[in-house]
Amino acid sequence: MSSYNNTARLTEARRVAIFGGTHGNEMSGVTLVNLWMKNSDEIQRKGVEAKPFITNPKAVEKCTRYVDTDLNRAFTPENLSAPAGDELPYEVQRAQEINKEFGPKGSPEAYDVIFDLHNTTSNMGCTLILESSKDLFNLQMMNYIKKAIAPASCLVLLNEHPLLKYSTSRSVAKHPVGLEVGPQPQGVLRSNIFEAMRVILKHALDFIELFNEGMEFPSCTVEVFRVSERIDYPRDANGNIIAMVHPNLQDCDWEPLNPGDPMFQTFDGKTIHYQGSGTVYPTFINEAAYYEKQQAFVTTRRETLVASAIRKA
Amino acid sequence: MEVDELMCLPRLPRVAVCGGTHGNELSGVYLVRELLKVEKKAVEEEEEPVSVMIVLSNPRATQQCHRYVDTDLNRCFTHATLNGPISDTDPYEIIRSRELNALLGPKGSRQAVDLVCDLHNTTANMGMCFITYSDCDWICLHIFRHLQKEIPDIPMRFIHFDVSNKESYSLDSVGKHGFAMEIGPQPHGVVRSNIYTAMKGGVQHMLDWVRLFNSGAIFRGGFVDVFTMVKHIDYPRDSVTHNITAAIHPHLQVRPEMYFYLQCLKTEPSCVEL
Repeated sequence: MSSYNNTARLTEARRVAIFGGTHGNEMSGVTLVNLWMKNSDEIQRKGVEAKPFITNPKAVEKCTRYVDTDLNRAFTPENLSAPAGDELPYEVQRAQEINKEFGPKGSPEAYDVIFDLHNTTSNMGCTLILESSKDLFNLQMMNYIKKAIAPASCLVLLNEHPLLKYSTSRSVAKHPVGLEVGPQPQGVLRSNIFEAMRVILKHALDFIELFNEGMEFPSCTVEVFRVSERIDYPRDANGNIIAMVHPNLQDCDWEPLNPGDPMFQTFDGKTIHYQGSGTVYPTFINEAAYYEKQQAFVTTRRETLVASAIRKA
Repeated sequence: MEVDELMCLPRLPRVAVCGGTHGNELSGVYLVRELLKVEKKAVEEEEEPVSVMIVLSNPRATQQCHRYVDTDLNRCFTHATLNGPISDTDPYEIIRSRELNALLGPKGSRQAVDLVCDLHNTTANMGMCFITYSDCDWICLHIFRHLQKEIPDIPMRFIHFDVSNKESYSLDSVGKHGFAMEIGPQPHGVVRSNIYTAMKGGVQHMLDWVRLFNSGAIFRGGFVDVFTMVKHIDYPRDSVTHNITAAIHPHLQVRPEMYFYLQCLKTEPSCVEL
């Protein structure tokens, strides 16, 4: 129940960016943004300036995740404030340029919303990534999207973990939204994955248009999966992986993993079990890009967040 | 030729199992690593009717987890490339192909290994495939039939590329007999336990067959369904940027039919029929 007094008044979200190619081999976002840069009819909404943008053109051209360093980890305060120069890694230079154009991060001039489009080799389906549990605008938007695509599902991953949170390209905006759709191999375009991402963006832009027109969105609850722990592959003394994600866990993103459940299988067939203290919900299971980041999967805990009613100020 | 006729073929004393020919096709990379560990231990029991070489084909690409460093290694085994002029500035994979040719070949000579099994993964939903240049290499066909019998729960297909020996370009063409064992779907840079296990089983049964064959076993003739490559179909592309303008249709992505449709990446889907 929302009374007039409990409704949060938020500034309208006029400037919206859609980032593709933050990782150059995640093809849905690259393809969608290229499509919209050629013809932006589909992303036009009244009262919204929607800008499609390829964040890492060199990586896109080579169809590789990154050239020097991961762009989606590069928006740290140190990198953004470093003196500009050609000796900087390509992606750090890019981060500075993007921060100038769509930020500066943390300032009133920053873009209102940035959607950052990603794919994963994990069986995550459609996932929205939230960086703050207090972002009412994003919570309401995600609630709207989930309802709009039902019965199809779109889950919300909340990464507010002080150690595991990272400095994403979208973090330049006031309301950063990660959109992760899988499973899709790197360098491959699957039409069903592409369409799913396109539909989610359609609903997201619809929400922003309605909000900017003055619609009030009543208080709601949003189920989220909060990032808890990063689990690496078992490795030998030389750092080589010695086991694979167990067949029982492979493709089971978002399903409960209980203590004692199979987790890894060694190359000679032995099972390694999950030894945690309680049930967790694993995701990003067997993501190709995370082998080098020492991550076989990430555990999450289910939580329900309450978002108060919102309305344009 | 009658299927009942008994053909006698030379023993296969030397077999090579190669992984990491493409550095991001990880089942083969990890399997070769495991087999190299085991190889170190099993040295004493040399009653072996077959000597098995385990080879990591493209170490640099494997280390970077990329398909290749300069150029696709699995296109570097033509006679022309292997015997062409050498230069300091040759691409890494050309230098490597010559090293592999010295190790496992020379291609076309009597010193070449008897059988090359080259391990690959694909993002395509192909199950397990044998890919060879010949549709009448009885060794490869019998190994395939043996695997079909021993691993009946994995879909298995035999693919024939009709390329002459003069033009054959892949690593498996270096041995007197050879085939690629291609298993999918698996994304590049990922090892899926079910795919790895299938490949491990495939290699094991292949080696078992070779040992049996070398010991004098008789294998009954029969019939094998073979898929012969007809044509490569590219994506529709923009004439200027060369970027693709359509994706594989969902009906083909999941389930191939006799005819193809391509869904164009516009607001109104339209169909292109082949």
